[in-house]
Amino acid sequence: MAAAAMSYAHADVENLKATELRLGLPGAEESDKMPTPPSTPRAGNKRALAGDLREEEPKTAPPAAKAQVVGWPPVRSYRKSCFQQQSTKSKVSAPAPEKKQEEVAVAAVVAPPAAAGSAGSLYVKVSMDGAPYLRKIDLKMYKGYRELREALESMFLGFSGDASSVNPSDFAVTYEDKDGDLMLVGDVPFEMFMSTCKRMRIMKGSEARGLGSSKE
Amino acid sequence: MSEEDEDQAPPKRPRATPPPDQVLDNVLETVLQFLAAPRDRSAASLVCRSWHRAESATRVSLAVRNILAASPARAARRFPNAHHILLKGRPRFADFNLLPPGWAGSAFRPWAAAFASAAFPALRSLSLKRITVTDDDLDLLARSLPPSFRELSFLLCDGFSSRGLASIASHCRGLRVLDVVDCEMNEEEDDEVSDWVAAFPRGHTNLESLCFDCFTPQVPFAALEALVARSPRLRRLGVNQHVTLGQLRRLMALTPHLTHLGTGAFRPGDAAEDQGLDLAQILNAFSSAGRANTLASLSGFRDLAPEYLLTIATVAAANLTTLDLSYAPVTPDQFLPFIAQCRNLETLWVLDSVRDEGLEAMASFCKKLQVLRVLPLDAHEDADELVSEVGLAAISEGCRGLRSILYFCQRMTNAAVITMSHNCPELKVFRLCIMGRLQPDHITGEPMDEGFGAIVRNCSKLTRLSTSGRLTDRAFEYIGKYGKSVRTLSVAFAGDGDLALQHLLQGCSKLEKLEIRDCPFGDAGLLSGMHHFYNMRFVWMSGCNLTLQGCKEVARRLPRMVVELVNSQPESERTDGVDILYMYRSLEGPREDVPPFVKIL
Repeated sequence: MAAAAMSYAHADVENLKATELRLGLPGAEESDKMPTPPSTPRAGNKRALAGDLREEEPKTAPPAAKAQVVGWPPVRSYRKSCFQQQSTKSKVSAPAPEKKQEEVAVAAVVAPPAAAGSAGSLYVKVSMDGAPYLRKIDLKMYKGYRELREALESMFLGFSGDASSVNPSDFAVTYEDKDGDLMLVGDVPFEMFMSTCKRMRIMKGSEARGLGSSKE
Repeated sequence: MSEEDEDQAPPKRPRATPPPDQVLDNVLETVLQFLAAPRDRSAASLVCRSWHRAESATRVSLAVRNILAASPARAARRFPNAHHILLKGRPRFADFNLLPPGWAGSAFRPWAAAFASAAFPALRSLSLKRITVTDDDLDLLARSLPPSFRELSFLLCDGFSSRGLASIASHCRGLRVLDVVDCEMNEEEDDEVSDWVAAFPRGHTNLESLCFDCFTPQVPFAALEALVARSPRLRRLGVNQHVTLGQLRRLMALTPHLTHLGTGAFRPGDAAEDQGLDLAQILNAFSSAGRANTLASLSGFRDLAPEYLLTIATVAAANLTTLDLSYAPVTPDQFLPFIAQCRNLETLWVLDSVRDEGLEAMASFCKKLQVLRVLPLDAHEDADELVSEVGLAAISEGCRGLRSILYFCQRMTNAAVITMSHNCPELKVFRLCIMGRLQPDHITGEPMDEGFGAIVRNCSKLTRLSTSGRLTDRAFEYIGKYGKSVRTLSVAFAGDGDLALQHLLQGCSKLEKLEIRDCPFGDAGLLSGMHHFYNMRFVWMSGCNLTLQGCKEVARRLPRMVVELVNSQPESERTDGVDILYMYRSLEGPREDVPPFVKIL
């Protein structure tokens, strides 16, 4: 799916990093390695949830808390997502104040789990032309465009039956931004994309040509 | 085998009575009809061939606890008279995102085809758990099942949408039960959601149970009210979070004989039905028309307005045995006056927001409690501690008849667990989840070995155990030595090495279901269980130290086990290590629809 376009955009993102304004100490970069908790038996392949790592990114804070591990604690994600807002209300003294700032700003009204935009997750609908049903993904789960693209590929290529017969670059991943415009995914820095993306749509090549051709 | 007796019957015997073997079969079938418990039935079927035949002919309730273990054709050949069929699909750890989606997406299709072609002509009731079902499957079923088909329930299923429900509603004329519980239904565009509630046929329905608490879009209330109004047999109703308190009151007025109610939001909303709503009206709804005598089970409370909690107190006091408050973050102040009324509770699900004081109060009032779940409001390792060993000890002091507990906390002590093992000898299910991984006893600093050891030693009826916290091999030595009745075991982030797994596999003779994640267990541990694996339903090991060679060895020596290696991270190819091992016994051999991230050895 617009692999060429997206990787080009990814390179752009890498260049932009150098000029990006950040609050971190010089040299304090978002690390790719997950900090492994002390005295774990073999590290295995615990995937830290990218979304949580983002919350714990030390801007001016002491070392981040333990990286969250997939499927732990063993609570269904539906349940976890129900109480994203309640959990911020119950925390009286915040040990990591940066984590809370954006969450406190969100209205403390309990929203039904179906709503997007809750502090801990950012669910957007993703549709693909020709697919029988839509999916919802949490943009906060992904550190960047590459992970997002991989997740979308694994979600949607199954619809075409034999995955090897489908060429990802036949597809373009687009999104609808706050203004209602249809944009190609990958043009803007990932963080900006996350804050403006309302929903995503994977289009077949013929429709996408007009949008992405200059990058290919 | 007893058939030999028939060959020795005297040849000159008059044939006034039917031959002995036929009498035996008739008697057997008549007697076996009274045998209900699945384990008893399995035991009876192993006695001899005629018992096997008689049991197969008379089995009405068929449970295929692993949908991949037997084909529908085989099941239909053996159990042609099945009325009720239960199918279970994914392993439980899939609920926690450990299994990539699409692992067995089309496992149900052959069953749907079998049902549609009347392979089970007496089929009345279908229960599906953790299975992917598509709208097309439902449509096929809806159009093919006979009017005698009555009950359809989905638990933790996925893959379908309102369109599938609409097919069922419009075509299954005799439907009595439609329960959709904890399912992840497909997302739909708002203007494409089917009004399945309105799809039920006009006139009276036979509905006895209708539960759709997990249905995310809004159901048009007028259609819902109309449906409930024309369903005079409705005894169980579970609505979703969009149904407001005012609307709920209207529905209750139409259903005076409910035994179970899923209450939706339990908060007044903006609907027309909420105009002028006040506490007195809701109190009245719950205490009038003999409601207190019939309503036994309440759930929902998806957006509880706490001031309304006490309106259910009269019902709670009289007859309520089952209460699910696990979506309602009530504080101790809100909980205490309420729980004091709930003297008859036998099953309670709460959030840890009630804190230790809430649990202490509950323990002092709910003397009949048998099943308790304390679920976390904030399910993270570093969340604030809301309940602790104090709550657990109090529960054990107050609820001596406790049979099943699931308790989430941040930290625990051995002393509290040992106390529970002494106070609650009836425990069959003990699931303690210390959310902080590898947390020891936070007072003594010791591993949690002695606590879990006491549970297996003192609770002789224990069949299900989930461990957590820092555990050494000693804990597993205890479990292997004393856990002789344990059938289901879940272990995470525990143990020191292969010896721990060896203790389990060689000690727990009744073990059927084993789930292990992120433990330092390798091939040696796995291979120590070869003698026992055929007696097990499945083994799941993820994030451990298994290698391809070890798993191949198991597959080689146990041809009837399907050994699946699942790669949950296709991005990072690990050449020798095993990400997830999921193996299960099967009569059908390796399945054919295997996604790219699964390798079957």
